Amino acid sequence: MKILVTVKRVVDYNVKVRVKADNSGVDLANVKMSMNPFCEIAVEEAVRLKEKGVASEIVVVSIGPTAAQEQLRTALALGADRAVLVESTEELNSLAVAKLLKAVVDKEQPQLIILGKQAIDSDNNQTGQMLGALTGFAQGTFASKVDMEGDKVKVEREIDGGAQTVALNLPAIVTTDLRLNEPRYASLPNIMKAKKKPLEVLTPDALGVATASTVKTLKVEAPAARSAGIKVMSVAELVEKLKNEAKVI
Amino acid sequence: MTILVIAEHNNAVLAAATLNTVAAAKAIGGDIHVLVAGSNCAAIGEAGCKIEGVSKVMVADDAAYAHQLPENVAPLIAGLAKEYSHVLAAATTNGKNFLPRVAAQLDVDQISEIIAVESADTFRRPIYAGNAIATVQSSAQIKVITVRATGFDPVNAEGGSASIEQVSGTGDAGVSSFVGEELARSDRPELTAAKVVISGGRGMQNGENFKHLYSLADKLGAAVGASRAAVDAGFVPNDMQVGQTGKIVAPQLYIAVGISGAIQHLAGMKDSKVIVAINKDEEAPIFQVADYGLVGDLFEIVPELERLV
Repeated sequence: MKILVTVKRVVDYNVKVRVKADNSGVDLANVKMSMNPFCEIAVEEAVRLKEKGVASEIVVVSIGPTAAQEQLRTALALGADRAVLVESTEELNSLAVAKLLKAVVDKEQPQLIILGKQAIDSDNNQTGQMLGALTGFAQGTFASKVDMEGDKVKVEREIDGGAQTVALNLPAIVTTDLRLNEPRYASLPNIMKAKKKPLEVLTPDALGVATASTVKTLKVEAPAARSAGIKVMSVAELVEKLKNEAKVI
Repeated sequence: MTILVIAEHNNAVLAAATLNTVAAAKAIGGDIHVLVAGSNCAAIGEAGCKIEGVSKVMVADDAAYAHQLPENVAPLIAGLAKEYSHVLAAATTNGKNFLPRVAAQLDVDQISEIIAVESADTFRRPIYAGNAIATVQSSAQIKVITVRATGFDPVNAEGGSASIEQVSGTGDAGVSSFVGEELARSDRPELTAAKVVISGGRGMQNGENFKHLYSLADKLGAAVGASRAAVDAGFVPNDMQVGQTGKIVAPQLYIAVGISGAIQHLAGMKDSKVIVAINKDEEAPIFQVADYGLVGDLFEIVPELERLV
């Protein structure tokens, strides 16, 4: 079976981002970029399914700037077979990304599509679900376990009260939670081999997808800073402060 | 302008997050209707009628909606949504699961996890793990929005007198089914709604040591949370995780015990009114956001704290 995996190029999760002085956005100049951590988990899951003999081919797709080829090469080094970049310099909303992915799905006809549950920049948590609506496929979001069972996929999901298991008809969509797996590191030989794997570049126009959005960002601000607190010397002092100063206990 | 709020519930109890979501709807302004989709959920419908500010409750009672599988409830909501200016759901794992599917069916963008309403079409939401706040404006005919509960004070659960109406949808889409669930049981208050939250991190060393936090929590009537490190190490179940990818809390008092304070953890708790950090490392980033910090061994401090409160 063919698996389609999506990856997004985002600011590295360790970077403390700064808001631009003109409030137009976050300053991304000269900031370290990486593969979105949830997408790494998606790639890892696909590679494991291939190692188990469940998957025959892994196609990795990214939608973004030319530089996103770096993240696609990383996914190829981790074990994906070939890559597709839908190149766009615009900042795309989740619905536009889902529509572009729908066009790629129509072309590639995968049986399973694995996405991260959210990108750590926009924090939207929408794309997988929207792709579900556009394709009509079932969705297993926030997955912590994925098992193939005949013509269905069983997904254990992280929910507010604990865990839930659902069975989905194939083709299906899975979005990854942090506890699905521990992603591997790419070895140097695999990084070298990945350079020779095929990477196809498409455009939204070529896919016939309009990417206009109904939501626009008016401004981006830094959150209100918390005023610096104090260090107390003893537990007794802490309890006294909480009772009489903060009045929270 | 009429706003549709999707009730959050487990077929037996209406979740508190619904009241915060109605509060967001009130801030937008207009008539507020509530949809209860579930199975044997008549009691939820009645509870919905009592919510302050709600004028109509619609109940879709169907076995297919029992676990609110998105493949089944999204078509129901999208079908009803055409009559509304806004569709709101709480940003719980449930709301996050079905609402984007509704938005895509309506061919509109969704705005996730708003923390404030500026006007009927303009909202504020955190991005980059809460390190920036974006103000976004929507020109969509139907505005589809999830609401971060901690951003809005809940409306009164009593005092309303909405009318009730039965509605039906297309039922089971036939592409997914519920297999089972494993819910963590706890007598303590729910994490996202608790007035006091005590969280443990890697510094707790093992799951057994969380008993110190549980007994302190019981004394304070608090909920117990955890950092990702504590969850990944297997100390506690993942539904206790506070952070960018776990639960977002904003209690009156947040006590972080043995938690360094990574960006991703701060994203889940830095809107707490008062933050207390207990950590042996005085350089830990958590002290930069803590109102009261105490440097020392948590295994001495926590029992002493329990004695003194």
